Amino acid sequence: MKALRKLLDNIKPHVQPGGKFEKFHSTFDAFETFLFVPNTVTHKGSHIRDSIDLKRTMSVVVIALIPALLFGMYNVGYWHFASLGQEVSFMQTFTFGLLKVLPLVIVSYVSGLGVEFIFAQVRGHEVNEGFLVTGMLIPLVMPVDVPLWMVAVATIFAVTIGKEAFGGTGMNVFNPALLARAFVFFAYPAKITGDYIWTAGLSGGTGIIDGFSGATPLGLASAGQMDKIPAINELLLGFIPGSIGETSKIAILIGAAILLLTGVGSWRIMLSGLLGGLSMTLIFNAAGANAYMELSPMTQILMGSFLFGIVFMATDPVTAAQTSRGKWIYGFLVGMFAIMIRVFNPAYPEGTMLAILLMNAFAPLIDHYVIEANISKRLKRALKASNS
Amino acid sequence: MENLFNLFVRSIFIDNMIFAYFLGMCSYLAVSKTVKTSVGLGIAVTFVLLITAPVNWLVDTYLLKPGAMTWIDPSFADVDLSYLSFLIFIAVIAAIVQLVEMVVEKFSPTLYSALGIFLPLIAVNCAILGVALFVQEREYESISEVVVYAGGSGLGWFLAIAALAAIREKTRYSHIPAPLRGLGIAFIVTGLMAIAFMGFMGIKI
Repeated sequence: MKALRKLLDNIKPHVQPGGKFEKFHSTFDAFETFLFVPNTVTHKGSHIRDSIDLKRTMSVVVIALIPALLFGMYNVGYWHFASLGQEVSFMQTFTFGLLKVLPLVIVSYVSGLGVEFIFAQVRGHEVNEGFLVTGMLIPLVMPVDVPLWMVAVATIFAVTIGKEAFGGTGMNVFNPALLARAFVFFAYPAKITGDYIWTAGLSGGTGIIDGFSGATPLGLASAGQMDKIPAINELLLGFIPGSIGETSKIAILIGAAILLLTGVGSWRIMLSGLLGGLSMTLIFNAAGANAYMELSPMTQILMGSFLFGIVFMATDPVTAAQTSRGKWIYGFLVGMFAIMIRVFNPAYPEGTMLAILLMNAFAPLIDHYVIEANISKRLKRALKASNS
Repeated sequence: MENLFNLFVRSIFIDNMIFAYFLGMCSYLAVSKTVKTSVGLGIAVTFVLLITAPVNWLVDTYLLKPGAMTWIDPSFADVDLSYLSFLIFIAVIAAIVQLVEMVVEKFSPTLYSALGIFLPLIAVNCAILGVALFVQEREYESISEVVVYAGGSGLGWFLAIAALAAIREKTRYSHIPAPLRGLGIAFIVTGLMAIAFMGFMGIKI
């Protein structure tokens, strides 16, 4: 550690204003604050003294994602060996998944942080920590068989157009991780839909046992094969095919607990999202026009990426509604639209991604009207008080 | 009744004038700087659509369509004036907008002060002509269908411009790269919003 500090101190004079490599200041700064807690203090303005900052917030979210990531790795191995009909040890399964998922994580981080560093260099600001979470979310919402270059292209698109064009961390309107997925979804639909891509090595693989389908519960539901959808406990535990991070609801609930206990994720959005999904399902149950509408609320909520989206994507503090009442409306509509698109739209098996993106677009409008309503309410109250 | 409801939902979300057809873009981008004015324009567009679309439908059904004029005389059965529809529709829209402006000014000064500045702008809004032409192309059967379709399209346009205006109000405080400020970021936001609206595409109701 000391040697590292010394090395940084040796480089520092060269990258300070006036030094030889002045223009690499932001890159140096990023590495220094990554390795050591900065001891600079601000002198001007009013401040709230709090130990939590952007980096801490992001770290909490990354920790909350770890259970889903670890289970995702195991699940990748589990389905790969299940498709081959082999019985292997726990460690072998996990190692296989690790070797499949780790490259996705690395590619996402390298390409995304690369863009962030370039923008920070060119625009002369510091590299922000915002990408730490995005870079983790992107591999978790991808199917395991997605080509690495596609992840890189999608990440670069999302970070450049979705975030840096708006001015970087904290300014973006749409969730960058979801934009990356939407990009792959619309640009290369063959690589992100269908029954074959959710299991490593299933497409074009040899030695697949007879009768292995690899279809996700949502794929089965939209194909009308309701009797083949796994039971509730299987959906809860997560031994089902799907995007890497979305399958185990237990792991997601652990993540949700971490987010709620630390106060990083908004409980209002999570609760109202669940309520929105539930009420939409109950409406469909009452209508009961087809077999998909008659699925029980429990199955609807536990299928696909609904919980993952509500817990990790909809609660993104930047792109969600900012006001308390706005959060209720926003979350409720996300839940409703997610279930609605899933059931109504034959082209897309899952609606969570598009529902959240859609509500991202309307979140500022919701906030605007919540604030307007507050202003007029308080004006009335003030007028009443001054009249009496 | 169910058919009309489906048509209404379709025209707001699935066939959204902005995100599915990119019609009416000029005023959409130009007047979306604040939520207040964009709401005014949105209401004005919906209002004008509700009047012009049925009138254009009547003109089309009883004057322009092949064989439309048989109600005057059976000998007009093979007269086809549909090549005039662009000209006539535009003229009808412009005339009605002028008329509406004058009527509103005379009878409701408050409404005029809210919508007045937008009305001349709308006379050349392509979403209005677009709706008239879609009505002609899709051969809607009854006037109630046309009214519902026009109302839904107007509402969809209204939602789109209000959402964009709220986003633009928010991005005013962002550190956007200088070349993208203003219209540049508005175009990017519109594209990303259209991606979000893709969720409704392909829904058959």
